[in-house]
Amino acid sequence: MSDLLAVIIDGIIYSSWLFIMATGLTLIYGVMKILNIAHGSLYALGAYLSASLVGWWLAGGHDPYGSYAMLAAAALLVGLVMGPLLERGLLRLMYGRDEVVLLLITYAVFLILEDVIKLVWGVDSLYVSQPYDLLGNFDIGALSYPVYNLVLVGVAVATGSATAWTLNCTRHGKMLLAVIHDREVSGAMGINVDRLYLMTFTVGTTLAAIGGAVTAPTLAVSAGMGVEVIVLSFAVVVIGGLGSLGGAALGALIVGMVRSAAVHYLPAVELFSVYSVMAMVLIARPKGLFSAAEARKI
Amino acid sequence: MSAILEARGLSKSFGAVIAAADINVSVARDSVVGLIGSNGAGKTTFINMVTGYMKPGAGTIRFEGHDITPLAPRRITQLGIARSFQVPQLFNSLAVRDNLLAAVGIVAAAASRWAHGAITRERAETVTDEMLGRFGLDAYRDKPAGVLPEGVRKLLDIAMALVVKPRILLLDEPTSGVSADEKFGIMDVVMSAVKSDRVTVLFVEHDMDIVNRYAQRVLAFYDGRIIADGAPGAVLKDDEVRKYVIGEELHVAR
Amino acid sequence: MTDHTLRVLLGVAALLLAGLPFMPQWLAFLITLALARGLVVLGLALLMRTGLVSFGQGLYYCLGAYAAALLDHAAGIHDAALMLLAALLIPVVVALVLGLLLASYRGIFFAMLSLAFSMIVFGLLIKTSSLGSSDGFNVATRSIFGITIADGYNGRVFMAATAILSVIAAGALHRYLNSHLGRLSAAIRDNELRVEYLGASVRNVVHLNYVIAAALGGIGGGLTALAVGHIDPDMAYWTTSGEFVFVAVLSGTGSVLAPFFGSVIFEAIRTLANQYAPNIWQMTLGITMLAIIMFLPAGLWALFRRKARAA
Repeated sequence: MSDLLAVIIDGIIYSSWLFIMATGLTLIYGVMKILNIAHGSLYALGAYLSASLVGWWLAGGHDPYGSYAMLAAAALLVGLVMGPLLERGLLRLMYGRDEVVLLLITYAVFLILEDVIKLVWGVDSLYVSQPYDLLGNFDIGALSYPVYNLVLVGVAVATGSATAWTLNCTRHGKMLLAVIHDREVSGAMGINVDRLYLMTFTVGTTLAAIGGAVTAPTLAVSAGMGVEVIVLSFAVVVIGGLGSLGGAALGALIVGMVRSAAVHYLPAVELFSVYSVMAMVLIARPKGLFSAAEARKI
Repeated sequence: MSAILEARGLSKSFGAVIAAADINVSVARDSVVGLIGSNGAGKTTFINMVTGYMKPGAGTIRFEGHDITPLAPRRITQLGIARSFQVPQLFNSLAVRDNLLAAVGIVAAAASRWAHGAITRERAETVTDEMLGRFGLDAYRDKPAGVLPEGVRKLLDIAMALVVKPRILLLDEPTSGVSADEKFGIMDVVMSAVKSDRVTVLFVEHDMDIVNRYAQRVLAFYDGRIIADGAPGAVLKDDEVRKYVIGEELHVAR
Repeated sequence: MTDHTLRVLLGVAALLLAGLPFMPQWLAFLITLALARGLVVLGLALLMRTGLVSFGQGLYYCLGAYAAALLDHAAGIHDAALMLLAALLIPVVVALVLGLLLASYRGIFFAMLSLAFSMIVFGLLIKTSSLGSSDGFNVATRSIFGITIADGYNGRVFMAATAILSVIAAGALHRYLNSHLGRLSAAIRDNELRVEYLGASVRNVVHLNYVIAAALGGIGGGLTALAVGHIDPDMAYWTTSGEFVFVAVLSGTGSVLAPFFGSVIFEAIRTLANQYAPNIWQMTLGITMLAIIMFLPAGLWALFRRKARAA
């Protein structure tokens, strides 16, 4: 029984992490029709910068609880700098190109950023476990979990709610939904699509960085951490349906639970299980679980 | 003379939108039929169902007696029904002549399954050049299809459909997007090109002058139904058609 | 134009074979790897001509390598010819099945699904301890077509085999591209709808091209396995597939010669980068890819063609 509970709790924790990653990715695709492979390196950037800031903060003898603010600061910094930089500096020049060409462009950006990280932070791993350890553990029955994981779930719920609220209840959010639905018509209606693109990409980047920042205290921040994240995030987003926030949540939950079950019962099929689920969903629903109906083309 | 195309009880709806409601049509061989109706009336849906792009919710479509309702577009084309598109579907990166050459090659090879074309390069080129001449496209033969004026693109689209050597040709708004003074020119070319091949033609049009001039029979669509069916003169004067398709004459008080 | 390509192919192959006895080992090895991977890219180029970008050719590269290696490891067969045959057949069988599914997808869904399948195999392999898990295992070849390979001659034999197979594959693909099916593939990239409405089956051609690409990927993987003498699951990791995509973009799809050309450049730069600047290797790749996409979308081969036309 506690086994099942462990699977579920681990699943929820893992799903939360996946959801944070997937939200930014699906948002960017939904609005800009770009599947952003560089999402993984932005995640890594978030993690690395967090590690540096927290390290600097703690070395300065400041209050350890302030390290959480450092995590947030790192995420915001990465988002607000890299988002506009990439969107204005590069992607803007490439709009209108084929989806796959844009995919290749983000792949190129990913490659570049991976080495930028190596150049700035070196190839050694960074450890900043203080924010993780600081909060101690809590018990559920026979199982003990770090409280930090609750924070992770909290962040996931918070970002999900904030995004959902922004999309559905604010003016800008509704405009975003309009652009997701049909970019040309939205533009023709007077929506400043260019500015929305910038906003969306920045938000998406920030979300990736938040994912990295939140993850940094839980593991060794090392080169290549972005690589694995990409494929997992893709799986989640594709399962849920590109451009759907609800889909990202459902996809994260499915992948999280499947992986958790695999890790507990049959570790050998961990990776295999995630991709098999992705393949199976694509087979049954070629565009993902929550995808918009396609309009007639001829 | 039995009908070459027969639709019985065709129905199709998209949620609450009724695109076709119990359509019954019988088209005679070698006739030229005009399909009119305002946007959303169901004309293109009808063509899409006949060519297999869409499957009707109910009803059947028979081509020369055979039930073609469940067939895929590719199969229907092979059986002898070809269509042109509202937005011309061309190989934009190829030159006009290469478009037709590719079409000839595809049709010939498809006819002989996976064999490397039952048609020699020479024969393909002859057929292509003849088609270019028939449609008056010689002047554009080496220009990439993507940069041509709309009227030329429409002609090329129709020419490609004719490469199939169909017995029924469906034209979806052949003169839309074409300048007013070119419209008749295009229809003239198409009709004479088609005459030599004994093809039954159905065309969707919004321009009533075109319909009047070229159609032998007119079907008026409204709300998924055919509200009038007969000679152009009669149909275009019909009260319902005036109300729902053409529009009323406006009397402005002085 | 036709004669040109075949003549160049035969010429280069003859040159390589003639130079074999005088070539240093490291050069022969490099060329073998470059050509083997060039074969994979050749298959990818065919798919790209049809309008599809696969981010999962690593799957067949890996399957080919493991098929060849398992003949040695598990079945005690050390003959290169048989190993390469396995490297060809297993991927083809898998592609015949997977192609049934993948032929229904286009654009990024095709890319992502092909990636997913390669990652599924990766996931399976790294957890299979009998196959060495993430370390993989070694491959030993003793003979080719029954003739025992003398000690120290492995490298040269494999290079010769690779050169010959590359010429055959490239030549065959060249004929294919100029055939009706080849032209149909290009038409499909331009306008699938029109192709269907001319009575041809888009699906069948896509499926066929997918299987051909898998076959080429498998042979490339098999040759790599033999030349390197070691295989591991990384061959199926998505970044490997990414490298193939990079070389395909770099070379362009203009000619069957282009992928080999691009692959040689890629391997040469990779070797140099590993020696002198391992930390900016990926950045170099990224910047190059951006430059190519922005300024030379038809790949480096377009430069060649321009010079040829100007001449």
